[in-house]
Amino acid sequence: MTETRATAEAARRPAPEDPARPAGPLPPLRPRRARPPRRGRRQGAGPFLLLAPFLLLFTAFGVFPLVAAAWTSFHRVELTAPGRAEWVGLRNYTRLLDDGFFWKALLNTLTIGVLATVPQLLLALGVAHLLHARLRGRQFFRVVALAPYATSVAAATLVFALFFGRDHGMANWALGVVGLDPVDWQNGPWASRFAVASIVVWRWTGYNALIYLAALGTVPRELYEAAALDGASRWRQFLHVTLPGIRPALGFTALVSTIGAVQLFGEPLLYASGAGASGGANHQFQTLGLYLYEQGWVNLHLGRAAAIAWAMLLILVAALGLARLIRKAAA
Amino acid sequence: MGSRRRRSRRAYGIGVALLLSAALSAGCASDPAEPPPAGGGRPPGDGGGRRITLTVGVFGTFGLQEAGLYDTYMRLHPDIAVRQTSLTRNDVYYPQLLTHLTAGSGLADVQAVEVGNIAEVLATQADRLVDLGTVPGVDRRAFLPWKWAQGTGRDGRTLALGTDIGPQALCYRKDLFARAGLPTERGAVGRLWAGDWRAYLTAGLRYRERVPDGPAFTDSAAGVMAAVTASAPVRFYDARGALVVADNPAVREAWDLAAAFARHGLTARLQQFTPGWDQAFANGSFATVACPAWMLGYIQDKAGPAGRGRWDVAAAPRPGSWGGSFLVVPAAGRHRAEAARLAAWLTAPAQQARLFARRGSFPSASAAYPLPAVADARHPYFGDAPVGALFAAAARGVPRAPTGPKDALIAQTLADTGMLQIDQTGRDPDEAWRATMKTLDNALDR
Repeated sequence: MTETRATAEAARRPAPEDPARPAGPLPPLRPRRARPPRRGRRQGAGPFLLLAPFLLLFTAFGVFPLVAAAWTSFHRVELTAPGRAEWVGLRNYTRLLDDGFFWKALLNTLTIGVLATVPQLLLALGVAHLLHARLRGRQFFRVVALAPYATSVAAATLVFALFFGRDHGMANWALGVVGLDPVDWQNGPWASRFAVASIVVWRWTGYNALIYLAALGTVPRELYEAAALDGASRWRQFLHVTLPGIRPALGFTALVSTIGAVQLFGEPLLYASGAGASGGANHQFQTLGLYLYEQGWVNLHLGRAAAIAWAMLLILVAALGLARLIRKAAA
Repeated sequence: MGSRRRRSRRAYGIGVALLLSAALSAGCASDPAEPPPAGGGRPPGDGGGRRITLTVGVFGTFGLQEAGLYDTYMRLHPDIAVRQTSLTRNDVYYPQLLTHLTAGSGLADVQAVEVGNIAEVLATQADRLVDLGTVPGVDRRAFLPWKWAQGTGRDGRTLALGTDIGPQALCYRKDLFARAGLPTERGAVGRLWAGDWRAYLTAGLRYRERVPDGPAFTDSAAGVMAAVTASAPVRFYDARGALVVADNPAVREAWDLAAAFARHGLTARLQQFTPGWDQAFANGSFATVACPAWMLGYIQDKAGPAGRGRWDVAAAPRPGSWGGSFLVVPAAGRHRAEAARLAAWLTAPAQQARLFARRGSFPSASAAYPLPAVADARHPYFGDAPVGALFAAAARGVPRAPTGPKDALIAQTLADTGMLQIDQTGRDPDEAWRATMKTLDNALDR
């Protein structure tokens, strides 16, 4: 087994060495007897050796925190004494079931997630379509599209918080110009969620647009020409050529946006500029990430925070599994 | 210095804070030029010309550095270098301090603790802190008794030395008071509501009657709530350490009074320490604000030159203290003795007086009050108000209220959940009370 694979490899290897070599009988192959016989087993370990740095880091910063969080979630642990843990079994999880704040945070995460993800991806598609067209200064517009993504969450959110100010904000000023009543963007349950979602949309639209743009470049021109010959309108071309053509990109952005939506944290935290992690007076825009932070680092209950973290992971896995099922059923 | 609210809530962004936290950990590493630790606290200046670096960990702009206190200390002690690390927000600083204390590493030699957290630190970290009550140069009689008691654990060891306190007054706009036909001279204004917070409400109603469409009477219901509870002899915990926030009539009275301000339309419906609140100072959106000593600098900063000569400051209905801080010395430090001496020096009356003169943080050492830097202090921005004498009188009258481990959390929940709901969303005070108590129970894990 080992022998044949070695021969085949050796046969393949010299070929590209000299493309100018005249075609003719290959020189006789010399089996590599010099190699120790335990080579096959070594080859099995080799990839892992190469991967070792990553695996080490992954264990230290990926697996270990996950396991430690799971362990913590079964205990009552306070940040005032992280070393003293009291076993409470599933209590941290069962209490989430009748924790109104948790459910509210979950609902907020879902609504803000939908409010942010759907317009974000649709807008990104539109922007990508515009950028794909042959327009002057394409590079410039691409950079412009990506600029919000390069801005820090903190800076963007603080500016948006000013923009959505109740008394002196630009949003309400603009509403006033067209004769509408001012909106309380901080306390209105839907207004505040919309405001938080708008920050997410602003930051991530360009990022997704660039991914779509790259995908658009891979759709063969001939398909459009064929569709045009068949008399398909631009809209039908978009539906039947473009969308199927960039399906992998659509799936990728949907996945990344979903993960981002579940983890949403910085925007709602900083949007409630003074209120810390409560997400508004009535917790109206407190997301799961924010609730986790509040339990862990404001209320100092590490065990409960760890349980929320694991619950978030399970929710994410369930959501992605559900999406997969739906896709399979649709196919 | 002042309150956790003032500092912790400036929204400079968590990103900045996290960056700084990395800097803090780095800053706590020992100075490369530093010699290996000699066995035990070796006295500094032992002739070897070796220099010890002491770090001081603070949150916000504490003022110690800005007032030049470190420089003076280094001049007096050529063998000691003092370096400061600072986090902007106490709500980032405090959890980090706890983890560092329990881990016994990553600590500065001297760490600041906010008054809302001091009881929790004493209750849970006592064995990780150095007793500062016995350090040479520390004189308990120099401090206000209640401040000294706040830094002293149940076993009688004084683990925290008081820096500043937040004795309260009320700041008011003379021009707006004149428009409403209210007195404008600070003595007369103080008499307007002397002795009773309800008189403050009455003055507000009079103001509203005269200028129905003018700027609001006060900034926020939460500000009133904080000011009134700060002057109560029992607040969230009783003398035995039991949590009484839900049953304490003083808390409920403060709640109802603050809610009355909101329901009569006397507030500008703002949230303190947010950009909107800052803008409201500049735009003159309200006529009065509860004014701990540290607030004067804030007002001057936000109201700007336009507010000069308009703002003045009068005595509050009842004396109380809102905010203030402490210094502690972690036992895990390498230079405990030197750090304790630095903490003692920084909180000594002369230095506190200098901090007041330079930065407006009011001394917790009552021995500093007769010093000219305090006794004769006047504030030009506030119409040359005799702020030293005014705040000293308030400080001496502050009731000795018991502190509890979750004071900061409770105060913040009352303000940011309860009062905000009443003030900004118009929620019924009883409903808001129930929602707030539910939030509190969840936060306290009861």
